[in-house]
Amino acid sequence: MEYLVTIGLEVHAQILTRSKMFCGCSADYANAPPNTHVCPVCMGLPGALPVPNRRAIELAALTGLALNCRISHENVISRKNYFYADLPSGYQRSQYDDPLCVDGWVEIEGDNGPKRIRLTRVHIEEDTGKLIHTNDGGSLVDFNRAGVPLMEIVSKPDISSPEEARRYFQKLRQILVWIGVNSGDMESGALRCDANVSVRPAGQQEYGAKVEIKNINSFRFLERALAYEIERQIRALKAGEPIVQSTRGWDEASGTTVAQRTKEFAEDYRYFPEPDIPPLRLTDAWIAERRAELPELPDARRRRFIEEYGLTAYDASVLTDERAVSDFYEQAVAAARVRGVTPKDVANWMTGELFRLLKETGEPLESAAHRLRPEYIGEVQDLLNQGVITRTSAKEAFEASFREGRSPARIVAERGMAVIGAGDALTDLVRQAIANNPKAVEEYRRGKVTAIKYLIGQVMKATRGQANPQAVQQALEQELARE
Amino acid sequence: MTPLYQLTVAQAREALTRGEITSVELTEALLARIAAVEPKVRAFLTIDADGARAQAQAADARRAASDTSPLLGIPIGIKDVISTQGLRTTCASKMLENYIPVYDATAVARLKTAGAVILGKLNCDEFAMGSSTENSAFQQTRNPWNLERVPGGSSGGSAAAVAAGEAPATLGTDTGGSIRQPAAFCGITGLKPTYGRVSRYGLVAFASSLDQIGPMARTVRDCAIVLQVIAGEDPFDATCTAHPVPDYEAALTGDIRGLRIGVPREYFVAGMQPEVEAAVRAAIEVLREQGAEVLEISLPHTPYALPVYYLIAPAEASANLARFDGVRYGLRVPGESYFDELERTRGAGFGPEVRRRIMLGTYALSAGYYDAYYKRAQQVRTLIRRDYQQAFEQVDVIAAPTAPTVAFKIGAHTDDPLAMYLEDVCTLPLNLAGLPGLVVPCGFAEGLPIGLQLIGRAFDEETLLRVGDAYQRVTDWHTRMPEVREDNSTQG
Repeated sequence: MEYLVTIGLEVHAQILTRSKMFCGCSADYANAPPNTHVCPVCMGLPGALPVPNRRAIELAALTGLALNCRISHENVISRKNYFYADLPSGYQRSQYDDPLCVDGWVEIEGDNGPKRIRLTRVHIEEDTGKLIHTNDGGSLVDFNRAGVPLMEIVSKPDISSPEEARRYFQKLRQILVWIGVNSGDMESGALRCDANVSVRPAGQQEYGAKVEIKNINSFRFLERALAYEIERQIRALKAGEPIVQSTRGWDEASGTTVAQRTKEFAEDYRYFPEPDIPPLRLTDAWIAERRAELPELPDARRRRFIEEYGLTAYDASVLTDERAVSDFYEQAVAAARVRGVTPKDVANWMTGELFRLLKETGEPLESAAHRLRPEYIGEVQDLLNQGVITRTSAKEAFEASFREGRSPARIVAERGMAVIGAGDALTDLVRQAIANNPKAVEEYRRGKVTAIKYLIGQVMKATRGQANPQAVQQALEQELARE
Repeated sequence: MTPLYQLTVAQAREALTRGEITSVELTEALLARIAAVEPKVRAFLTIDADGARAQAQAADARRAASDTSPLLGIPIGIKDVISTQGLRTTCASKMLENYIPVYDATAVARLKTAGAVILGKLNCDEFAMGSSTENSAFQQTRNPWNLERVPGGSSGGSAAAVAAGEAPATLGTDTGGSIRQPAAFCGITGLKPTYGRVSRYGLVAFASSLDQIGPMARTVRDCAIVLQVIAGEDPFDATCTAHPVPDYEAALTGDIRGLRIGVPREYFVAGMQPEVEAAVRAAIEVLREQGAEVLEISLPHTPYALPVYYLIAPAEASANLARFDGVRYGLRVPGESYFDELERTRGAGFGPEVRRRIMLGTYALSAGYYDAYYKRAQQVRTLIRRDYQQAFEQVDVIAAPTAPTVAFKIGAHTDDPLAMYLEDVCTLPLNLAGLPGLVVPCGFAEGLPIGLQLIGRAFDEETLLRVGDAYQRVTDWHTRMPEVREDNSTQG
């Protein structure tokens, strides 16, 4: 029997703001000692009140627009009530009715071609603190993370395989990082997801029982956990065992999902509108401002690179994977055009030499770009086009630019890398070669045209490769004809 | 000469300004009065004598340096649900018996900036839940007019302290009548400002959409002086609005000619003590004689206010009190696990009325009941708000009783929570509508004070204060003070 797989993801993404969602504490708590980024508000002290972070709402709305959502004019923050030691107020401020963004979609490369994964909602909420379990069985709690702004991005169950789930999550990450609303750092938990998965026999109309896999913080875990869970459910169905609606956790060590709680113990969160925060009314003008803030998105840019610059689909894709790389490429193209260097040549430098060097140094382009400026790419290609340097020298100059931060032209000049392409210097060397190799000259004159190759080799040797072989041949032919 | 402890805020301000007295003298007089009557009244949970003396000295030094801050050197007491930095804030609950806040509530910070001297923290019902101060986990505050009677609640300590001359002014809080009913019971003046007029930052929340801090004192003028200091926008409270704060004392012109005063028939409820109704109607007659026009009006949804309130307030409370889990502050009763510890801590820390309201509120918000209870209550709340809006198209102020009876005996309602809830039937509709309410003393029955309640338009405390002040210009109920005696003889 064939089985159909239905997957939906709930992605949690910390919003990149300077301060927390409801207080002035710094949201940049990475590596800070425990409980140093806290105040009465995010510690849930008696009497403290939340005041919403304007920027967090702006960035969440920006995300909604990037994900093709509608932005709600009326926004209500709600209290989600449950007890846990990492939740200082005894409730999490979140959204229930009237989320900030509704009804969006993300296009991914599906198992059978391009596919739209629809989104139910994007809402804002606050992160919780972090429990640290000690060796003696006790627990400590760090509230640095408590109150950091989060977005929850909820997809419809449009995903049909673990691979699609991974591609969807990767696509989301790409967009969030691209528009600057999330760090994309999954190891620290700044981006994480829960996956809902159900399986049913082909032909069955209603969905199978839903199992939720919690707190997945890598693309690989997502794919593996889903593959395992699907396999587990199919095995159960085949054995005639019912699937219980439940929550499971991914255990990396055993490579399995482990039951956490079943539906019988499902929490009643008793959502109700947060009385400490008046409803946020967003005007059309405000939404238009957010739309104006939205940069060109990676998919649109990829298509434009193909159309406008004639790049291959592959090059366009790698050059729009990250915003910094893509922006660098566009700056490089703009500078190169002035010199008559094509976007295609710029792309080749980037996907070839530049990526190789970045991989070697292990640094992001943003830091290397302080040395290798975008205009250097056109410059080095121009030197090559002009015949001033050889391809070998061009690569050397490029690498030197990358490492030392000086322009290729300067490096070529300083190192005397310029091709001895014409003029007196070359003529002198050509005459010297003719004078020193009478035997080869003799053969050439007798009609053995290939003898000139030997002479070219001699000149190249004398220039230590710094000459353009074609130019050398031309010069030799001229000199030999003259005599 | 009037004993210093009997000075009103306005009188003390004048004497201090003229250099007739110092803040140290005034503060010492009040500390002496506290020492004398506190064994009977028991209004204070914490008396900060050393702190008050230091603040009084500082105030006198500031005055010597030509500082003219509005409350410079004036002693004030604070209800113990309002956070005071470094000064124990218990909410009259075992849960917070030893809790010392690290920050001042905005209202307290503004009092301090204005030069006030903080005398200490005043008893109340636990987490402000109650109408008699009998729900305090620590002590029973008694009505200074009759020590066998309750002072009202929840701000019973704040009211009793003013009535007994232990403080010229105090801060109370009002969620369903907790400033106004004890003000009426203790024969003092109390103002519940418009929701959003005074910052709630630092007020330990009972019901966030209803709570409001307000002044309690012997005169309307004193309430105006204190309100002036604590009112206004606060960046730490998103519900505290940017409405401009007018000059409240300037509004006390004594002239209420042509003002339209509405008398809502629904507020004269069945079972109301006849003397209370008579005193309230007589007070309204005084206002008419002063040139106001009196109209009977109807607020038809008033009977629904009580059930609506007892759904919304406990619902919000059930969430607000969830933070008391023993993890970060307050009581912690050790247990086997987090959840075991949580149950033990909350079981031991909260008194019966607080537990009752948490359960009521949890139920009202539960899946399957939310629409029928909490959501429906919010819809009816809108109707109650509309009643007032329509009424205020016809009238400028509404005059009504504050409570159906005078102060009842300690223990009279403790076995009957519903009877206790009915105490608030005339006061809690305002909280649902977010409107301001002022209570002024207007007579006595059984030797116990009666209060007239004046209700105003949102953010129009000025008109309320003007009417209350006009009334106090021609009456002397507010000038009477109890002798605070152990026997039950009637006074006034």
